[in-house]
Amino acid sequence: MTDIATYNFAYLDEQTKRMIRRAILKGIAIPGYQVPFASREMPMPYGWGTGGVQVTASIIGPDDVLKVIDQGADDTTNAVSIRAFFKKVARVAVTTETATATIIQTRHRIPEHPLTAGQVLVFQVPIPEPLRFLEPRETETRKMHALEEYGLMHVKLYEDIAKHGRIATTYAYPVKIEGRYVMDPSPTPKFDNPKMHRSPALQLFGAGREKRIYAVPPFTDVVSLDFEDHPFEVQTFDQPCALCGAENVYLDEVILDDHGGHMFVCSDTDHCEKRREAPTSPSWGGRAEGAGGGNGQSSLSSTPTPALRADPPHKGEGKEAE
Amino acid sequence: MTDEPLLRVSALSKFYGSRVGCENVSFDLWPGEVLAVVGESGSGKTTLLNCLSTRLLPSSGTASYRMRDGQWRELYRMSEAERRFLMRTDWGFVHQNPADGLRMTVSAGANVGERLMAVGDRHYGRIRATAVDWLSRVEIDEDRIDDEPRAFSGGMRQRLQIARNLVTGPRLVFMDEPTGGLDVSVQARLLDLLRGLVTDLGLAAIVVTHDLAVARLLSQRMMVMKDGRVVESGLTDRVLDDPRAPYTQLLVSSILQV
Repeated sequence: MTDIATYNFAYLDEQTKRMIRRAILKGIAIPGYQVPFASREMPMPYGWGTGGVQVTASIIGPDDVLKVIDQGADDTTNAVSIRAFFKKVARVAVTTETATATIIQTRHRIPEHPLTAGQVLVFQVPIPEPLRFLEPRETETRKMHALEEYGLMHVKLYEDIAKHGRIATTYAYPVKIEGRYVMDPSPTPKFDNPKMHRSPALQLFGAGREKRIYAVPPFTDVVSLDFEDHPFEVQTFDQPCALCGAENVYLDEVILDDHGGHMFVCSDTDHCEKRREAPTSPSWGGRAEGAGGGNGQSSLSSTPTPALRADPPHKGEGKEAE
Repeated sequence: MTDEPLLRVSALSKFYGSRVGCENVSFDLWPGEVLAVVGESGSGKTTLLNCLSTRLLPSSGTASYRMRDGQWRELYRMSEAERRFLMRTDWGFVHQNPADGLRMTVSAGANVGERLMAVGDRHYGRIRATAVDWLSRVEIDEDRIDDEPRAFSGGMRQRLQIARNLVTGPRLVFMDEPTGGLDVSVQARLLDLLRGLVTDLGLAAIVVTHDLAVARLLSQRMMVMKDGRVVESGLTDRVLDDPRAPYTQLLVSSILQV
């Protein structure tokens, strides 16, 4: 324990935390507005959640219980190391349970278990500006937000329909917050967009490299943009989770071998494990499709990052069924 | 309605430090009228156009515009939000280089549809139908609707830029050398198209050009500029057939005869 005596509680110094809290408060006061903040160097590279970590460090207290997920999983490298980081520098309790966590730092998923009032969801955001790929100038995009000129956002959706016959954006799907600011919900699958709408939990977004913080306060309207004749819809899966049999959850494709064997499992590992532990859960012995068994009809057309996990959890269970 | 002008410009000047951009320019523009601004390069034509279209703020002088509701508004006193709204609804701006006026990385259809979406149209089918209609009006094949303008020739890009500007039914269009950089046969077709559209839609336009032939074909009235000042103005045919100012005489006599 003496080795961290040189660090302040939760790594950041108090002045920095104060500065970040002010940015957070401003973000909460103006839902969806990107507040610039003086992002600090963190002991991790940009793109690994420096923004999320700074937000978490600024709001965490000794009594908090922290959960960290990466693509829905508690056991991937990023999640494990961020959890270990806060365990070390803030000595807080950590958990993988959605229901008992007070702060959930997430990369690209919202847990399946409904969030409750008092919980804080902290998103790691790579590119906070939803208009960025359409308008490269920051001065111009800020002006567009200020003047509420959001026609361009629909140009992107128009392009999708013109090219693919439907809105093909599956993640980082733009949303309008409380009827005012258009916001990038970070690269969460659009499957999770409806969960943000009037969520009882506070949602904070931190972009470390881009130096922006924004927020969606509890019970705020979050509406996904769409066309009248091409309404917003979420991904659907034509099979349940191969491990726990859950339906209407977001699934990851896990590659099992080099012969095309794969299975679809819950992306939310905590949710999946809880279901399998529960005595009432159906007796799914695990189901995996063998080589060539994939009918290619899955609606999982794309996920934020390749859904291939380097070390698929529950791999063994999937294999047993073969 | 035509007994009142659309745009009133009075004593407009723009200085870049001690250098003169344009000085003391005054004129009225009536609905449906095409005004050509000619002069050699560096004479302040583009500065004037940029001031009028509020892309630049003038150093002194005023310009008032009659809005659709008949209200006169002073352009340089409007808020930026209002000016930008005017810019994408009631006005159009055709750049010399189409790449400046188009979004080169989105399809032709989206380029035309952008203004519609910007003013709140949220029906894909309708937006697309309008885009198809406008592409045909500027003689672009319907099957090019999903191509990016990068795949278009210079003349096509310029026509697409015109369609993109006219889709919201503007009343005033600014054009900066609309035929610059195009070969003569393409130029002729574009001019023909422009002339047709301007007449059909009753557009008022301010066309900046150094090409007197373009001015002759498109405009009813013209202003000749030199060193930032208007040296002569009047009906196009009169100015070109009977130039009075020495500079205009020089300009008219410099036209190459083939």
